[in-house]
Amino acid sequence: MIALNRNLLSRAVIGSCLATAAGVIQIHTADAAPSTVTAAGVTLTSESVILPGSSETFPGGAAAQVVNVNCIACHSADMILNQPALSKVAWQAEVTKMIKLYKAPVNETDVPAIVDYLANMKPQP
Amino acid sequence: MVETFPTSYSRGRRHFVGSAAALGAVMMSSVRAARAENMITLPFPEGPRSRPLTTAFPNKGEMILQRIRPPLLETPFEVFDQGILTPNDQFFVRWHLASIPQQIDVTTFRLMVGGHVNRPLSLSLSEVLELPRVELVAVNQCSGNSRGFFQPRVPGGEWGNGAMGNARWTGFRLRDLLDRAGVKAGAVQVQFNGLDGPTFPATPDFKKSLSIDHARDGEVIVAYLMNGEQMPLLNGFPLRLIVPGWYSTYWVKMLSHIEVLDRPDDNFWMKTAYRIPDTPGANVSPTETGYKTTPINRMLPRSFVTNLKTGDNVKAGATIDVRGIAFGGDCGVKNVGLSTDGGVTWITTKLGVNEGKYSFRGWRARVGVPASGVLTLSVRCTNTQGETQSWTPNWNPGGYMRNSIETTVLNIV
Repeated sequence: MIALNRNLLSRAVIGSCLATAAGVIQIHTADAAPSTVTAAGVTLTSESVILPGSSETFPGGAAAQVVNVNCIACHSADMILNQPALSKVAWQAEVTKMIKLYKAPVNETDVPAIVDYLANMKPQP
Repeated sequence: MVETFPTSYSRGRRHFVGSAAALGAVMMSSVRAARAENMITLPFPEGPRSRPLTTAFPNKGEMILQRIRPPLLETPFEVFDQGILTPNDQFFVRWHLASIPQQIDVTTFRLMVGGHVNRPLSLSLSEVLELPRVELVAVNQCSGNSRGFFQPRVPGGEWGNGAMGNARWTGFRLRDLLDRAGVKAGAVQVQFNGLDGPTFPATPDFKKSLSIDHARDGEVIVAYLMNGEQMPLLNGFPLRLIVPGWYSTYWVKMLSHIEVLDRPDDNFWMKTAYRIPDTPGANVSPTETGYKTTPINRMLPRSFVTNLKTGDNVKAGATIDVRGIAFGGDCGVKNVGLSTDGGVTWITTKLGVNEGKYSFRGWRARVGVPASGVLTLSVRCTNTQGETQSWTPNWNPGGYMRNSIETTVLNIV
């Protein structure tokens, strides 16, 4: 299965894409075999893969707009939606960390609304 | 003393309206809507506990989806019952920054060595493969493995116990490479950088450093094979730094640049991130402030039952096989004890094959099941330095280095 996946995904150019019921994306192509390097008895084969993206947004309609605009450029929404309930102080610290340390381009005037949204999330059980 | 969460890692299928085919080519759109999906429940003290199981990542089998981008993929715990080497296609995945190369051309890739050296190097992969070859079995564990069990809870990747794995790594000694470059007198640290990068240029690039003595200790290697195969791209293809006994944060993936420094590394990922309280077990009280911190470093002993999980039924009066895995941290496993009475008495378990001091070590025991009630199995590893696991979990704001005794609670039927 590993070898099969590698073969399927190593082919450089996107051919047809097929999403199975299980969500597996397999890429079928008929181009040449990927390049390799062999030395001292080991062969390494070039890789070409496609990493899944995410179009998930935050629930809550208009109130979620501010997090949808500011909080999913560097990471997908699931990062936040998987967090436990955190205090407003803790969420303020997270947002400040993203801006000051990770240099996230967040409009300062959006910060109170972002923190409010995050602190009012109701984490799933 | 005993784990109080009756819910164990349980699986279920959540049904949604729609079909995967309706999605775009590679968009794992809304993981919480619009398709049928297997879900797993992680036994955290409170929610969210539910995570999707996914097979959508390249060269990866079924994984627990913690985050789509940049990927955080956890190994389903039952994988650890299959043997002490973790299969490549179910080995955990953790990236910090979202710009991850999706194509690696082995014919043009170069490994660069520069900085405080006499002869800067730019090696092709065929040159890399010709370096004297070494092999090592070692545990790779995320600093925040088991973070979801912290109480009070802390923000971060909310991992269960599956942000770890054990593999046979084949490559060359970092020391041999540094010797080839000729480290100049006055070198202090060696900094490692991979091909990944941030979404926004201002975000600090992910770089980690080791002291020059650690880098040259002959045990730190650069690997090109993982369990005898080239590693999945998501595990660091084509080259990954292997720092046996130390947390995964140092195991830089897609390693492309090595810089010898004549001063301590003050980059964000050393100076600010991945800092732990400079206290035994990185333990502080949740209200404590003002303590000294240090970069996270060596791992601590851990052990787990792998063939039974909390909530499983066992037959009254039966004798059952109990087995699991243990590791010493940055040294070997001395012994693994199993207690069915909350730590009053300990059974010495039988240890499995020794693949070296940095590897998982299998263990097993036979346990008699009482007539009624519950059977608690607590497992404790003592390493060859005499360090042992404690009952009380540590706490720190990063959610790092959890290693307290694990307890599995079985129902007697």
